[in-house]
Amino acid sequence: MTKDTKNPPIDRVDGRLKVTGGANYFADFELPNMAYCVLVGSEVGRGTITSLDTKKAQGAPGVLGVFTHQNMPPIPGWDAPVGGEADGPAPKPKREETYRILSSPKILFDGQPIAIVVADSFERATYAASLVKATYNKQAARTELEKHLSEGVAPKGADGGNYLRGKADAYQSAPVRLEANYTIPIEVHNPMELHGILAHWTASDKLMIYAKTQGVNATQQAMAQAFKLDPKNIHVHTEFMGGGFGMGLRTWPQETAVVAVARKIGRPLKLVVTRSQMFTLVGHRPYTVQTINMGADTNGKLVGLAHAATAETASYEDFTEATVNMTKFMYDCPNVSTRYRIVRLDRSVPIWMRGPGEATGAFALESAMDEMAHKLNLDPIEFRLRNYTETDPEHNRPYSSKNLKEAYQRGADAIGWSNRKNEPGSQREGDWLIGYGMSTGVFSAFRWEASARALLKADSSLTIQSAVTDIGPGTGTALTIIAHNVLGVPLNQIKVEYGDTSLPKAPTQGGSAIVSAVGSAVFDACTAVKKQLTELAIKEGGSLAGRQADELIIADGVLSVEKEPRKKVALSELMRANNLTVIDKSADSKGGSEQSKYSMYSFSVHFVQVRVNPLTGVVRVSKAVSVADSGRIVSPKTAASQMIGGVAGGIGMALTEEASIDHRFGRFVNNNLGDYHVAVHADVPAIETIMIDKPDPIINPMGAKGMGEIALIGFAGAVANAVFNATGQRVRDLPITPDKLLRKLT
Amino acid sequence: MAEYENTGGKSEAPNASRRVFFKQSSALAALAMTPPAAMTAVANGLDEKVAAAFEQMPLHVEINGTMRTLAIEPRVTLLDLLREQLHLTGTKKGCDHGQCGACTVHVDGQRVNSCLTLAMTTEGSQVTTIEGLTPGGPDGPLHPMQEAFIKHDGFQCGYCTPGQIMSAVACIREGHADSPEEVREYMSGNICRCGAYANIVDAIMDVKKGGARV
Ligand code: FES
Ligand code: FES
Repeated sequence: MTKDTKNPPIDRVDGRLKVTGGANYFADFELPNMAYCVLVGSEVGRGTITSLDTKKAQGAPGVLGVFTHQNMPPIPGWDAPVGGEADGPAPKPKREETYRILSSPKILFDGQPIAIVVADSFERATYAASLVKATYNKQAARTELEKHLSEGVAPKGADGGNYLRGKADAYQSAPVRLEANYTIPIEVHNPMELHGILAHWTASDKLMIYAKTQGVNATQQAMAQAFKLDPKNIHVHTEFMGGGFGMGLRTWPQETAVVAVARKIGRPLKLVVTRSQMFTLVGHRPYTVQTINMGADTNGKLVGLAHAATAETASYEDFTEATVNMTKFMYDCPNVSTRYRIVRLDRSVPIWMRGPGEATGAFALESAMDEMAHKLNLDPIEFRLRNYTETDPEHNRPYSSKNLKEAYQRGADAIGWSNRKNEPGSQREGDWLIGYGMSTGVFSAFRWEASARALLKADSSLTIQSAVTDIGPGTGTALTIIAHNVLGVPLNQIKVEYGDTSLPKAPTQGGSAIVSAVGSAVFDACTAVKKQLTELAIKEGGSLAGRQADELIIADGVLSVEKEPRKKVALSELMRANNLTVIDKSADSKGGSEQSKYSMYSFSVHFVQVRVNPLTGVVRVSKAVSVADSGRIVSPKTAASQMIGGVAGGIGMALTEEASIDHRFGRFVNNNLGDYHVAVHADVPAIETIMIDKPDPIINPMGAKGMGEIALIGFAGAVANAVFNATGQRVRDLPITPDKLLRKLT
Repeated sequence: MAEYENTGGKSEAPNASRRVFFKQSSALAALAMTPPAAMTAVANGLDEKVAAAFEQMPLHVEINGTMRTLAIEPRVTLLDLLREQLHLTGTKKGCDHGQCGACTVHVDGQRVNSCLTLAMTTEGSQVTTIEGLTPGGPDGPLHPMQEAFIKHDGFQCGYCTPGQIMSAVACIREGHADSPEEVREYMSGNICRCGAYANIVDAIMDVKKGGARV
């Protein structure tokens, strides 16, 4: 059983396809008579289009159509003037300000599509798009969050953006106090694969879509609503996705527009956006300012904690995330208040980006914990241990499992924490100052509803099916291991089919929830197959007649009596004896009442060693150790890769990533990979990952919790804390670039 | 684009085809330098004819060991030629601006960003793509670098992987894989947003140390 034993570190099941170029991402599909389209973006950040000249573009070679708000084919499900909703698949009525792509001359954000140019080749579409000219009645674009902080509104929801436990201002009377402001800039997901869609109307009411989506079922639903079709008539395929990190969590307006245009021109139509359009058309991590107020007694016990966050959103849509949540339950503190507000700006709407709001919040909280530990002259781990909690103080209930103390210990041992000096700026190696930092990460562990199907054939090969998309974490590999553990079919005889709406329904890949959700469904479907096999074996006349089901075990394609291994039957033989060519079981799976009795979280601890050059202000992460406490690890090899991927993302978040806007024009100045710096090879050292690998007894049959988010959450704080330890200077505004550090060092 | 029979080798002297290229490219340049003339052509609907004429530009290039004789538009990049016209979709587009390395292929043994390479400039060259690393097809034996990427899990989503592998092979051939630090420096043109860097470096060092011919 999976829960009891550690799992084997097997190679990624789709590895061969990925190293040979044989894995097909949406843009790799070719359809006969396929046309190409290119989006033309607005050149102003707010205003109204006063004239639009498309004549030259229309007449350019190979052009099949130019679509603007003046001639856009209708999207029947969008009859009413509506805005969007980040957490829904399709737009819903919203405020007065709405955004429906190519439906009006109104411009709500820089880069908003004003035309779709369609041609018979990519080059011709690109050239023709350059001929579209627009004039605008320009208004000032409000894009700077700091200037509009007072316009923050409370998001809709149960707590209205406010939370209180105990007294709100208790920190004020504590003997040791800290007040600090932290800023996270706009960060952009920037998966390597460009966003787009390939849409093909195979009949007037039938649609085939190759998408870049984290959920094929969600895209299917969104398109069904937009085009008023039966979802059954819409086939969505995304077997491989070149990274998502959240940008594929919704169906974006331009996808729907391309589907509408494809219908109009009567040809399959492909859109691949440009890298700069990735900055405006598929969401981002919102610019967020935070204030932490913290009070502690002289023994290092927290007395009061207050966390306030204000984030940007679009004028036309409210986007919210769980930025302040960690503060509510992470530490044992009697008085906690949080406040969350959003400000509507002339910007395209954000979307969850890896770790989402929790990563933003963890940077503030875990930086503040480090600052307070310094004020108390305590080791930062010791300070956290003094405020450690074994039960969830927010909901007053036990954690399903929590091994964070062990995680602190093992991470500290691995990085060499004992080499750290509590006195900042006191370690030097040649020209470089050395510092150590750590930080905690936490993210909810979900178990959503999912379905799966298992087909065992008489040749004892096993096929597992689920519509879930694998955006990279190794879902296919994890599902293979789960099926292997239940049914004992050799790994190389298991095939997983996924990423297609013709398969059993699955949730969107996100929220670190897929192994828990889809894995449980695979577990249940395989368990049903096993049950039938067992019944066939022990029934009268069966090869293990008279035995009890619980005496039997299954391994290597053989069912046997555990205590008498010689009493056995091969699965293939058993099926043949019963004239079965296939055993076919489906399962719908979801959690039960345990979900409300326990608080379920995955935890992580990140440790880094940094080197800071005091002359140049350059910060290098020279060592990194990330520890995951996320239950039983289903697929150790791909799980380790998720963790090292979080480190690379965290280094970018801490040191280099920032999408900058020139607020005079409301537009980005660095919307390309040359100027928006994600971490490259030279930025990332060798990384040690540690898995606590203890099953969670509550959450699901595998005892597994997610790790995609915790791999990133907290990492940036660990770097900021290490930079402080190295230099004695605290940078509270990410990213920690040399200019900010030098200003403090000189 | 039109594709002609594989002539089985460089049938034409490279210089001859280069002359054709220069002749046609100077015609292009002339057109570019006379915008009013071009504009009139557009207005008179002549542009389709002009365009069609330029689309006939010949290109002789060996791709993954097969000589191709093609007729292409001069503005087509090597990346788009491979992907959209020759159906070699293993090479990926990540930025189209030479900033990410997803499109890395070998031209005459050197790694290049195929998105920054006009296809016409590969006249008479040998191009190798990720598909060309496994002459036995995707089910045949793998190149040692491909094996090492699987062994070390040098990827997650796999999108940057063909570019990383082509770059990694060249990195060793260039003699720039003597230490992990050197590999990190010389592989920094290939971005992996999934952050598989540490494993990629391990894979490259493993191949380098194994001494296999790359
Ligand atoms: S696509 Fe060529 S470098 Fe990015
Ligand atoms: S594996 Fe996803 S970008 Fe490298």
